[in-house]
Amino acid sequence: MSAAVVVRGLRVRLERALIVDGVDLEVDGGEWVTVIGPNGAGKSTALRAIGGLLPFEGSVELNGVPVDRLPRRERAKTIATVAQSPVVPPAMRVVDYVLLGRTPYMPPLGRESAADLVAVEEVLGELDLERFAGRRLDTLSGGERQRVFLARALTQGARILLLDEPTSALDIGHQQEVLELVDRLRAERGLTVLATMHDLTTAGEYADRMVLLSAGRVVAAGPPAEVLTEKNLAEHYKVRVRVIEGDHGPLVVPVRG
Amino acid sequence: MTPGLRPAGLRPIWLVAGLVAVLLALVAGLAFGSVALPPAGVAAELLNLLPGVRLHSGLTEREIAIVTELRLPRVILGLLVGGMLALAGAAYQGVFRNPLADPHLLGVAAGAGLGVTVVIAFRSTAGEATANLPFGVPFAAFAGALIAVALTWLLGAAGGRDRSPATLILAGVAVSSFLAAAQTYVMQQHVDTLREVYSWLLGRLATAGWHDVLLILPYAAVTGAIVLSQRRELDVLTVGDEEATGLGLHPQRSRYLLIVAASLGTAAAVSVSGLIGFVGIIVPHTMRLLAGPSYRSILPLSVLFGGAFLALADLLARTAGGAAEIPIGVVTAFFGAPFFIVVLRTTRTAAP
Repeated sequence: MSAAVVVRGLRVRLERALIVDGVDLEVDGGEWVTVIGPNGAGKSTALRAIGGLLPFEGSVELNGVPVDRLPRRERAKTIATVAQSPVVPPAMRVVDYVLLGRTPYMPPLGRESAADLVAVEEVLGELDLERFAGRRLDTLSGGERQRVFLARALTQGARILLLDEPTSALDIGHQQEVLELVDRLRAERGLTVLATMHDLTTAGEYADRMVLLSAGRVVAAGPPAEVLTEKNLAEHYKVRVRVIEGDHGPLVVPVRG
Repeated sequence: MTPGLRPAGLRPIWLVAGLVAVLLALVAGLAFGSVALPPAGVAAELLNLLPGVRLHSGLTEREIAIVTELRLPRVILGLLVGGMLALAGAAYQGVFRNPLADPHLLGVAAGAGLGVTVVIAFRSTAGEATANLPFGVPFAAFAGALIAVALTWLLGAAGGRDRSPATLILAGVAVSSFLAAAQTYVMQQHVDTLREVYSWLLGRLATAGWHDVLLILPYAAVTGAIVLSQRRELDVLTVGDEEATGLGLHPQRSRYLLIVAASLGTAAAVSVSGLIGFVGIIVPHTMRLLAGPSYRSILPLSVLFGGAFLALADLLARTAGGAAEIPIGVVTAFFGAPFFIVVLRTTRTAAP
């Protein structure tokens, strides 16, 4: 498989503070890579830069094309981002919100085509959201909303999906539901997934590879069993944990003191 | 998709309702006034203005003159000004993602007002006082409006790099006060024009013939075309700049374009009609509550219902006060605020 995302020497400044300090990262087509790290490590900032939403130094290539060279519409068809806490426009219905994902396909001054509506219908069906289509987004529960956010990103038709903390607002049942859904879609649609997550055990269960970020730098990378070690986590999270071998990857259990 | 799930947009029924509202306001505005005329006859006379139509209206020669020469320009001006103010208000609310944004809160109207005041004051000093506003007035108003919106923008940014909607509105209030003070100063220095400026300030649609209509028509056309062309962008902008960028748009570019266009429309409206408040905030909100939150319906419906609203408000201004006209700005404020509260309370959930 060729690389879908190649990041070299990524540096991002926010308000002159260096948040991401020389990150190298590669995600193969169809792979799921999860970025972990303590609060303030620069996970979200790195993800936003890779999505082309922040100015950066270094290089980010999507399917071999530098992200800052892609016209915005083309970029939107290549890579789709689900933000950490997406804005919920007041009174907007689910169907209209999901249709926003078709924006890069609509000509300026034009309107949605039949193909756009078909794409929306298809994604709503796939994510079991049809019965919510006419509801207002601001009346849905957290788990339902997260599926709608995902639906909007999927209708963009992009093969690379960036998920910034897709489960942080959900209970464990809904966390698993959303991640299983992403994993299924990844298989069905051949998606490449680059995510950030806080729950280390869950992150390890779904990722093919993990990247541990600390103070804006990559400090460990590889399969979950190599990254989620007691030593790595003690050093960068300043926490004592016990790592137990599980069926789908290491189980990380924090212990007191 | 099931019929109930058509994507948001302008429903034909609302378009028809808007056109009916405009026609009703037009006929009512032409039929009533110091001399009441039969609405059916007025409607017939209106159709006679179309080429190739010759209906018998039953109106006398003098009554026809009242309708077509005295009242028609004024009603058309009301439709144009109301449509512009409502459209500009809706555009500002979308651009700043702020339900309180309107030409008045952003200082745009005050800037345009200062521009006009300066022109009126100095023109009179030059000694050529005529009934009609000079053609330079919309330019002065536009310059004032753009300076005001730029000041608001810069002041809103002074607190930090993020221009949050709240700081922007606060900056708008400060800029408005400052420009109003400057305006008062100019008025004080030119007491001879006080009365003229004052009657203009309170809002007026008094027009002698088609002069004012022709004056703002080009500005209205440009503003309408630009703002309406951005209606889908405004819908996407409701998810914020970063997500809109991720969806392939240039939010900043759309934003500047809309601000300039809305300021141009406001300036043109203010330059002929004075400071008429409330239209830019009531009409778009009412449309949002009644016809759904999509700007694809809010913007065109604001033009239609805004025009109808102001034409009817002007009818009231002409007739309710007996011999003396009530300034139209007083009418819109007097009826606008309670009406807005009623709408807000009865349709709390904006069912699209």
